[in-house]
Amino acid sequence: MRKNRLWLVVAITIAYSLPLAAQPTFPENGVASPRHGHYAFTNATIVKDASTTITNATLIVKDGKILAVGANLKTPAGAVEIDCKGKFIYPSFIDIYSDYGIATPQRTGGGGFNFAQPAQLETATKGAYGWNQAIKSDVDAYKSFVVDDAKAKPLRDAGFGTVLSHVKDGIARGTGVVATLANDKENFAIIKEKASAHYSFSKGTSTQSYPSSMMGMIALLRQTYLDAQWYKTKPAADKATNATFIVPLNFPQAQDVEDPNDAKFVALDDMKHWEMAPSNAAAFEKAGIPFCLTTADLRSVNQFWTNLRKAMEYGLSESKVMEALTKTPAMALGIYDKVGSLEAGKLANFLITNGPLFDSKTAIQFNYVQGNKYVVKDDNFIAGTYEININTPTGDEKYTLDVKSPSSATMFGKDTLNTKFSQDGKIVKLNYAPMARRQRPAAMPEGGQRPGGFGRTGVADATLPANAPRLSGISSGTEWNGTGIDSLGNPLTWTAIFVKAAEAKPDTAKKKDAPVIGKVVYPFEPFGWEESQQPKQETILIKNATVWTNEKEGVLQNSDVLIKNGKIAAVGKNLSDASAKTIDGTGKHVTAGIIDEHSHIAAASINEGGQSVTSEVRIADNLNPDDINIYRQLSGGVTTSHILHGSANVIGGQTQLIKLRWGANAEDLKFKGADGFIKFALGENVKRSSAPLGNNRYPDTRMGVEQVLVDAFTRAKDYQKEWKKYNDTKDKKGINAPRRDLELDALVEILEKKRFITCHSYVQSEINAAMEVANKMGYTVNTFTHILEGYKVADKMLKHGSYVSTFSDWWAYKMEVEDAIPYNAAIMQKVGLVVAINSDDAEMARRLNQEAAKIVKYGGVTEEEAWKMVTLNPAKMLHVDDKVGSLKVGKDGDVVLWSDNPLAIYAKPLYTIIEGTIYFDRQKDEQLQKQVDEERLRLVRKMNGEKRSGMPTIPAQPSYQIMHSCSDHAHSHGLLVIDADEINND
Amino acid sequence: MKKIFLIISMSFLLAVNAQETVLPTKPHIGVSYIKNATIHLGNGKVLENGTIKIKDGKIEEVGTNIVVPAGADVTDATGKQVYPGLILATSSLGLGEVNAVRATQDVREIGDMNPNVRALVAYNTDSKVINTLRSNGILLANIVPQGSFVAGSSSVVQLDAWNWEDAAYKTDEGIHVYLPLLMARPGGRGGGGRGGGPQQPPTDPVKEGLAKLEDLKSFFKEAKAYFNESTHEETNLKFEAVKGLFNKSQKLYMHGNTVKQILAALDFVKEFGLDMVIVGGSESYQVADLLKQHNVSVILSQPHSLPTTTDNDVDQPYKTAAALQKAGVLFAISDEDGQTRGRNLPFNAGTAAAYGLTKEEALAAITLNAAKIMGVADKTGSIEVGKDANIIVSDGDILDMRTSNVTDAFIQGRKIDLTDKHKLLNDRYNQKYDLKKKGF
Repeated sequence: MRKNRLWLVVAITIAYSLPLAAQPTFPENGVASPRHGHYAFTNATIVKDASTTITNATLIVKDGKILAVGANLKTPAGAVEIDCKGKFIYPSFIDIYSDYGIATPQRTGGGGFNFAQPAQLETATKGAYGWNQAIKSDVDAYKSFVVDDAKAKPLRDAGFGTVLSHVKDGIARGTGVVATLANDKENFAIIKEKASAHYSFSKGTSTQSYPSSMMGMIALLRQTYLDAQWYKTKPAADKATNATFIVPLNFPQAQDVEDPNDAKFVALDDMKHWEMAPSNAAAFEKAGIPFCLTTADLRSVNQFWTNLRKAMEYGLSESKVMEALTKTPAMALGIYDKVGSLEAGKLANFLITNGPLFDSKTAIQFNYVQGNKYVVKDDNFIAGTYEININTPTGDEKYTLDVKSPSSATMFGKDTLNTKFSQDGKIVKLNYAPMARRQRPAAMPEGGQRPGGFGRTGVADATLPANAPRLSGISSGTEWNGTGIDSLGNPLTWTAIFVKAAEAKPDTAKKKDAPVIGKVVYPFEPFGWEESQQPKQETILIKNATVWTNEKEGVLQNSDVLIKNGKIAAVGKNLSDASAKTIDGTGKHVTAGIIDEHSHIAAASINEGGQSVTSEVRIADNLNPDDINIYRQLSGGVTTSHILHGSANVIGGQTQLIKLRWGANAEDLKFKGADGFIKFALGENVKRSSAPLGNNRYPDTRMGVEQVLVDAFTRAKDYQKEWKKYNDTKDKKGINAPRRDLELDALVEILEKKRFITCHSYVQSEINAAMEVANKMGYTVNTFTHILEGYKVADKMLKHGSYVSTFSDWWAYKMEVEDAIPYNAAIMQKVGLVVAINSDDAEMARRLNQEAAKIVKYGGVTEEEAWKMVTLNPAKMLHVDDKVGSLKVGKDGDVVLWSDNPLAIYAKPLYTIIEGTIYFDRQKDEQLQKQVDEERLRLVRKMNGEKRSGMPTIPAQPSYQIMHSCSDHAHSHGLLVIDADEINND
Repeated sequence: MKKIFLIISMSFLLAVNAQETVLPTKPHIGVSYIKNATIHLGNGKVLENGTIKIKDGKIEEVGTNIVVPAGADVTDATGKQVYPGLILATSSLGLGEVNAVRATQDVREIGDMNPNVRALVAYNTDSKVINTLRSNGILLANIVPQGSFVAGSSSVVQLDAWNWEDAAYKTDEGIHVYLPLLMARPGGRGGGGRGGGPQQPPTDPVKEGLAKLEDLKSFFKEAKAYFNESTHEETNLKFEAVKGLFNKSQKLYMHGNTVKQILAALDFVKEFGLDMVIVGGSESYQVADLLKQHNVSVILSQPHSLPTTTDNDVDQPYKTAAALQKAGVLFAISDEDGQTRGRNLPFNAGTAAAYGLTKEEALAAITLNAAKIMGVADKTGSIEVGKDANIIVSDGDILDMRTSNVTDAFIQGRKIDLTDKHKLLNDRYNQKYDLKKKGF
């Protein structure tokens, strides 16, 4: 019988996580003393949640839970009453992005892909785990959660009572645990075991090569999800927070930019970010996007309040802060029934403060976690108004004392008195004297108050006469009793009674104007547009120019081009349109926008080199619209770029065709309605010839490269068959669908002519082999790119049905380009191939017109045919020549106006237009440059101002850019550019 | 003779590495003429319908009234443009053949203090790159060693020679110093974090770099003192190597780009009274007046590059030359591109002409200015009487790739063979596809 009852208690205990009573399953070493923590906190101002405040209210707790909250509650018999007159009670905070109680995993070297390093192709995790070391979905944080009071204390001191903790390691990080910050057994502290699923774009401690890129991580997650579905195990993500943002408060530090030679290497966008980061949370509030705040990413938890206050200076409201730290995370985690507000039935997780929480003078005194009291700052101090009664030999004197902080108060009699006040815990000291005449302000501030007291160091001291009465006493909270000496040296006694709490000021009362900050520009880069500058689609008429149509009409003299509704509306003489913006093209040349078949700009990562076949990765997953090279290339007349995967492996990733819409987001950069492509690569890069420590990733020879292709497509064909069989089966009962394999899906798309190849290739043997495999497997290599020995097998490529895209005059930078010749493009063109000239280089891309001109020089191709090599021909090989590549009525209005013949070295683009929107305008460029210079000057001065005002700064940090290329050439991009392969990707 | 040569070269065409058929030409003895040309002298002047008389390898006369005797050796340049041979002011030509293949690289010696290392002795006259440069009008080059600090001496070579001794045009004419970066670089020199993060470098790269430069000053001071002695108990090869700096028979080439680097370099001019050249110079426009004041010249090593910072004018690298010109700084334009190996020199100059230089100023930047900087202007760099007949003839504007086709070239009066590996391979595959028969 007794045993049964015990079990019942155990059940309740676990369900409600009561920490107060000793745990019944744990043997008691001594004599049991059951206590229930039954308390009534009375006379407090209770903030139940962000929108509900009750004055003069009572909070009753028992067994770690809230029994009741409200005004006019009677203290139950058996409860201890704690008078909270003048105090405030708030629900404690929730940190939704913590690793409290979880050991920090450390990486043991390696990780990532690097052309110079050997690869780690398999997981280093021993045991029955999946193939990738960065997938740690088996991890449940609650299993390794250990209460850690040393880490809990700073969090509690900052006002937190509950955290969502997870193992911050890996791409899939398993589940998170909700726990309180109670210093108790883990069993009690944990209030929800699998509260969330966590993912990241960081491999963490994984030393495995794959994935080495942002897009690889996304691809790995995507495949892992599909695998999980296939295994019929439900991913934990069903509980994941969706659409709520977690906003950290880690603001960048000001940099020391006093030295102009250091300052100039700090990029404008880094300085703007420094200025605007504190306004981030306020921007979320303004936009109505739900968000939580976290201590994560702060250099120390101690920074939390400083930075929170800074965010509030920038316009974040008190009620929003409360919500972001209580209700919003609680709702997101599905634990609002337990924490996040002060309501009957919830955990007794609350804060007691000596004033309004967000007042700068207020301190958190106690943080109750599950009914347990944790002292934060028990200064026994209550701000507010006190009545003082001094019993002097000549009779009672009555005063009022307005106490602002433990070191600041003002005493009033008939007049405001010169007051010196201090409270240190229980000890209260007070000196006062009438104000000297000369000290009295000419006009008293409102209410007769005068700033003073000890807060103004020295001043009061100096002005208090030596005979000022000296009082000392002991505070018992709302009542003080003491003794003293009056001005004549007589002893006296005195008392003070608390009468009124300091007033909680509403949000807007004392608020300073938010600091002035610069404008957001789109993209967040120099030369980005302010909202009002964003270019819009226009009707544009270019008059009287030399028009390179790229059509059978050829080059038209003294002709006009009309762009309307984003399309070429007319090409001819004497065009007019009343609504058009007219541009005089006299002496100038109009062409279609340049199309770069081979580019690596505008992407966060380019190479997923972790494996030899990575057709599952997609450039589209990690487009970066904030790349300054978009703007720079617009200035060179480029309107469309094909963003390719790198050449680290035989079958690389899926590519993305973009239009250089400077200021658009990643989605809007995409070229709509274009066929999908994929990058293949052959030769030295894929066999990792440049790895000085040797290569351990198959293949290591061109023999192996061919076999990788054969193997991949053989697997793809088997996979295709397996699915066909499944799809053709009418009665699918009892039959499992085959496993979806994203890698093979992409290859099947190639076989089904839904996806097309652009193949990095140099020497004739490998080109031949690639075509032979394609012929055998039943696909076509759509484009051979680089193709520097293409002139040797031009006839074969023509027969195979390939397009070719090459450099004009590169050679001798590696062994496989020893026979590269600048006549390559001309020979291939003469044999009948459609030839493009591409960049593969952010610098050269803005001189593609010059690169085309070199084909006139080397091989004597006509100017018109050479020009097509950077416009119409790449459009053809990208299957978008119905939309772009020539000036034909109905095609997209992607047009460049040149100062000169576009093939001339002297030609400059004056306007670069995409679908009727002017994205580059040489005159406006000057204005933007001026804006950049002015904004830089303003921000440098602002940073210097912070430094001079004594704020900490860090040394100027040069803003290096990481640039991607095919990794096989040595084109220098200047001081501040780091080749992506110079660093070990992770 | 010519005919035989042609037959020989045709018969070799089928070999892949047929450049072995391109022979250096015998010394020019006697008189020859280039007539009916638009002559760009290289000093800013242009002579229409002019004639050049070459005697024993030197320019004897330039003018419009020169009578060409019947039967003389004449190159008729009617409708063509004639220029001084182009000069590549800084290059690793002949030191490295294939960038990615270590065995072919003799570009960079080990160690911080290598003033005694001489680039000339590793210059390979049989490099296949050389002929591709000649085809674009480049007839002289400064062969420059690379290094971590003091890299060694450079020599000017002419590009038509059997071996490096024959090629030498001015030997050990300058000492090359690669200035410390004087700023933190993530993961690289000076430590620091990656991707420009807020990590602190373990040491201050500026202080470290400046200390290195102080060491170099001490080296120069000791070298000077060493030369004050008439005899030495021990010979110091490194001191001996820099002797010419102090009597200005050698230049001090300081490779650097930032204002800080250039300012640190200027310090040396003051202290040692050297002839100094800044190589790189992407930020030189910001200190153009100081450079002018100190008589320091600049080699812009790569105008075809991206702006240094994201906040810079997108066309800044193209405009830098014009800024130096305006300030009166002596500067040359070079082409250090690793993929095209210097052959786009005229087009780097052409771009500078599109952004503020006149065409003749742009030409001077790749001819006479370069010759002045390297101390060979008495011999070359312009088409002027008494100088070596280093001359090119082009179908049209040499700075514009549409018309930049060099039809004839003369080094010291020798009419050189403009065949190169690329032309030979072009011929070979034109034959494969019968392109001539098809009307191309």
